[in-house]
Amino acid sequence: MDRELVFELPNDLQCIEEAVEFVVGRCGGCVAAAEKLRFNFRVSLTEALANAMIYGNGRDPSKRVRVEMRMRSRALRVRVTDQGHGFDADTVPDPTRPENLECPGGRGIFLMRKLMDEVRYNERGNAVTLTLHLPESGPIRREASA
Amino acid sequence: MAFEVNREGDVVVIDVDGQLIVGNRQELKQMILDQVEEGERKFLVDFTRTGYIDSSGLGVLVSLSKKIREKGGELRLSTLNEDLRTLFELTKLDTLFRIADSREEGLKDF
Repeated sequence: MDRELVFELPNDLQCIEEAVEFVVGRCGGCVAAAEKLRFNFRVSLTEALANAMIYGNGRDPSKRVRVEMRMRSRALRVRVTDQGHGFDADTVPDPTRPENLECPGGRGIFLMRKLMDEVRYNERGNAVTLTLHLPESGPIRREASA
Repeated sequence: MAFEVNREGDVVVIDVDGQLIVGNRQELKQMILDQVEEGERKFLVDFTRTGYIDSSGLGVLVSLSKKIREKGGELRLSTLNEDLRTLFELTKLDTLFRIADSREEGLKDF
């Protein structure tokens, strides 16, 4: 079953938790990927939205964040786009190096890359696409009926 | 998300109910910093009722731990579920914190 969802968020950190639950609720659940949807996807989408609002849009309340979710039989993809100038995600230092371990920040992109199957930025660096591969055998069902 | 604060002897125990993420991490930070200012030095944050933590939540725990250590105290963590424990292992933050399997174990020898 194909599903698509597109919406925009105000640049407000307080909206993130509700937006994440909204997306998770609308994409339903693939039984075999339920664990990854429950934790990995929630954490990763939270990171993507926070980065878009804080670094991409520079906390500017007049800006917005666009969310596009596309669920196909084999993959769940979510693209998060901000209105900023973009950045090079490959320049972010490894937060697990001893000298970075006590830094309060710098773990967001690292966590997305560890928790999702694919993380891709566009060339400009203002949009990130998170992909979770869905197991072939997992029947789709609505989360509410779980 | 809500916090429940209790005292066990000279240890301040904080239960995190819900998610510890970018939208609410400042509440936890300010609450613990206020307690540090009042002279408290031993803190145990319990995650029995926590769903997930993002990098901002992890960052707040790191900065609080450092601040409390500088004051001669300690911040411990307890009762992380398998997902949360994986998060600490992936980021190697399990090497920075004393992480107990239960609240009781976290309070032991504090």
